[in-house]
Amino acid sequence: MLNLENLSKSFRGGSFGSGAVPAVRQVSFSIAPGEVTSLIGESGSGKSTIGKMILRLLPVSSGRITFDGVDVASLEGSALKEYYRKVQGVFQDPFSSFNPVFRADRIFRMLEREYFGDLGAREWSAKLHTSLEAVGLNPADVLGKFAHELSGGQLQRLLVARALLLDIEILVADEVISMLDASTRVDVLNLLAGLKERGLGVLFITHDLSLGHYISEHTVILRRGVVLEIGETAKVFGNPQHSYTKMLLASVPRLHSHWEPLEPGEPARTGPRDAPRGRGRRARGQPLEPVPLLVEVEPGHLVAFEDGGTATAGDER
Amino acid sequence: MSLDVQNLVVAYRTLRGDVRAVDDVSFSVADGEIMGLAGESGCGKSTLGNSLVRLDRTMRCLGGRALLDGTELPLSDWDAMDDFRFKKVSLVPQYSMSALNPTRRIGKMISEVVRSRKIRYKDVLPELERRLRLVGLPTDVLAKYPIELSGGMKQRVVMVLTTLLDPSLLVADEVTSALDVSTQRAVGGMLVELRDMGIVTSTIVITHDLSVLVQVADSVVVMYAGKLVERAPTATVVDAPRHPYTKLLIASLPEVGVRYAEHVLAGIPGHPPSLLDPPKGCRFADRCPLASAECAVEPPLVELESGHFVACWKAS
Ligand SMILES: Nc1ncnc2c1ncn2[C@@H]1O[C@H](COP(=O)(O)OP(=O)(O)OP(=O)(O)O)[C@@H](O)[C@H]1O
Ligand SMILES: Nc1ncnc2c1ncn2[C@@H]1O[C@H](COP(=O)(O)OP(=O)(O)O)[C@@H](O)[C@H]1O
Ligand code: SF4
Ligand SMILES: [Mg+2]
Ligand SMILES: [Mg+2]
Repeated sequence: MLNLENLSKSFRGGSFGSGAVPAVRQVSFSIAPGEVTSLIGESGSGKSTIGKMILRLLPVSSGRITFDGVDVASLEGSALKEYYRKVQGVFQDPFSSFNPVFRADRIFRMLEREYFGDLGAREWSAKLHTSLEAVGLNPADVLGKFAHELSGGQLQRLLVARALLLDIEILVADEVISMLDASTRVDVLNLLAGLKERGLGVLFITHDLSLGHYISEHTVILRRGVVLEIGETAKVFGNPQHSYTKMLLASVPRLHSHWEPLEPGEPARTGPRDAPRGRGRRARGQPLEPVPLLVEVEPGHLVAFEDGGTATAGDER
Repeated sequence: MSLDVQNLVVAYRTLRGDVRAVDDVSFSVADGEIMGLAGESGCGKSTLGNSLVRLDRTMRCLGGRALLDGTELPLSDWDAMDDFRFKKVSLVPQYSMSALNPTRRIGKMISEVVRSRKIRYKDVLPELERRLRLVGLPTDVLAKYPIELSGGMKQRVVMVLTTLLDPSLLVADEVTSALDVSTQRAVGGMLVELRDMGIVTSTIVITHDLSVLVQVADSVVVMYAGKLVERAPTATVVDAPRHPYTKLLIASLPEVGVRYAEHVLAGIPGHPPSLLDPPKGCRFADRCPLASAECAVEPPLVELESGHFVACWKAS
C-alpha cells in the first residue's frame, strides 16, 4: 500500500524569479494493491510532479509518501533498490525512453545487471520471455530491434514488461497512452487493467476522464496542485459534483454527441479560455488561494468547497 | 469544388526502395467543408497532407494530380509550389507546436516567416493582432517566448500564423493530439471558427482520434496502408460505417461511460503492412475478420450511396 499524506511540492521560481511555485498542495490519497487509481487534471495541474515524487525522481517539499508504512524519503542504498524493485514508472513518450543508438532490448540488460546478476542465462531468458508474453509481445518480434523499427505501442509494452520483471507492486503510468493511436490505446489500457487483476496497484495519470473511468476503481481530480474531488470512480464519474470535474467531463470529445455549451449562452464550440503556461503558477502578487476543505457528499465521495457555497449532493441540481 | 485530388501517388525514396505512403488516392473537398482524415499511425495521413503543400523534399509525387479552385497544384515542382505554399495552401505540421524555436519571441518568429514569403511584417501586423484577439489570445503573446505559453496557446498562435493570408486550403495535422481535453476543445472550436469566418475556405483535419472529428468535421476519410478505404459524411462514418477497418477502429474507442469491468474493448489485432512491399489484393486482409478468397484482388472504391465511398468486396 502506497500512501500520500499531505504531500506538497514547490519549485523555485526559476526563469521568472517570482518566488516559489506551488505545484502540488496538501494532496492525500492512497494506491491499494489490485486497484487502479486515476489521477486526472489538465496540463500543468501537478500530475507528473506527484508521479515523480512517488518514484523519488523529485524530493518532496512537505508531507510524506509511505510504502507499507515506511517513509519513502528515508530509503537509501539497498532499501531504495528494494523500493524500486516494487515501485516502477512508465511515461508518456515511449520514444524518449529508448536510446536510438542501441537496440531496444538494452533496457532489459541494464536491469539484469542491476537486479538479476546471479541468474543463469537460461533462467534469465525464460523470465524475460514470460514477461514479454505477459504484455502481449512476441519475443521474436521485438528482441534485437531498434526503437525506430518498433511501433509506439510495442515500445510502451516493452517498458511495462521491464517493470513487470521486477515483480512490482505499484506501477505509475503517466499519460502512457496519449501518444498512441486509438487501436493501440485500447491494448495498452487493457494491459494495465490486466495488471490489477494480478494484484498490482496502478496510478493511472491522464487528462481524459473517459479513460480513467474505463479502468479505475478510484479517481482523484486535481487542479493547480489541489485535489477538488476524490472517491470511487463510479461515484465521481456518475455523480460529479465539482464544476471543474463537470467541465472536464463535458470537454471529452465523444463519438455520438457534440461538445455542449459549458455555460448557458456560450456558443457550443468554443472551449474555455486557458490560462498561461503553468496553471499551477499564480500571477505575481496574486494571493495564493487556500487549499479547500474536502467534504463527504456521499460515502466514498469527497468534494472541495467551491466559491459561493458548499458543493453538496443537493446543491448542484 | 475547392480541392480535387485525383489518383494521387506519393512515395519516399529510401535505400531499400520506394515507400508508397499514399497510393492512388482520390477525393474532393468542397468550399467551406472540413474534411477529417483518420487512420492508424503510419497509414499515410501526414504524407497525404504534406504532399499537398510539398513541405518535405524527400517525398516524390509519382502520379495523379490535385486541383485547387480549378488550378493544378505543381506537386512535383518544389520551386513552383512556392507561389502556393502559405498563400493558397497552408499546413500546420504535426508536432509544430513543440518545434517552435525557444530562443525567438513569438512576434520575431512570425516576422521571419512572413519575410521569407516577401511580406513586410509591418503590413500584416494589424491583421495579425486582430486575428489573435479573435481567437481569444492577448496581443502581448507576440512579445513572449514559446516557453511562456501553454500548449493550447502555442497551437492557436501557430494556427493564426498559418491562416494569416486566408488560404483556400488549410491542412491541420494532429493539432489537438498533444493537448488536454479542455484545450482540445478550444483548438477544435478554432478550426470551425476559421471556416465560419471565411478565413479558410476548405480544411483537412488529420487526427487518429475519430471522436475529435465528430466535433469538427463535416466528412471523414479513413485511410489504411496508403489507401483510401472509406469516405462519407461524419455521421455516416460513425453511425453506419461499411468498411470492416472503420468498424474496428470505432469499436476500439473508449467511449465515455464504458468500463473495463463491464465491457472489455477490443483493439485491432496485428499491424498495418509494410509499405515497402505492400500485399497484393486488399491490404487489410490479414487483419480482417471477413477476409475470404476474393480479397486477394484489390477492391475498388465504390460509391454505395451518394457521398459514401467504400473499398471492400463485402460492403455492397
Ligand atoms: N521521410 C520518410 N522517409 C521514408 N519513409 C517515411 C518518411 N516519412 C514517413 N514515412 C513512412 O510513410 C508511411 C506513412 O507515414 P505518415 O507519417 O504519413 O503516417 P501517419 O498516418 O501520418 O502516421 P501518424 O499517425 O503516426 O502521424 C509510414 O510507413 C512511414 O514509416
Ligand atoms: N522542474 C520544474 N521546475 C519548475 N516548475 C516545474 C517543474 N516541473 C513542473 N513544474 C511546474 O509544476 C506544475 C505542475 O507540473 P506537472 O506536474 O508537470 O503537471 P501535469 O503533469 O499535470 O501536466 C506546473 O506549473 C509546472 O510548470
Ligand atoms: S476486401 Fe476483404 S479483406 Fe478487405 S476489408 Fe473487405 S472483406 Fe476485409
Ligand atoms: Mg504530465
Ligand atoms: Mg502523421
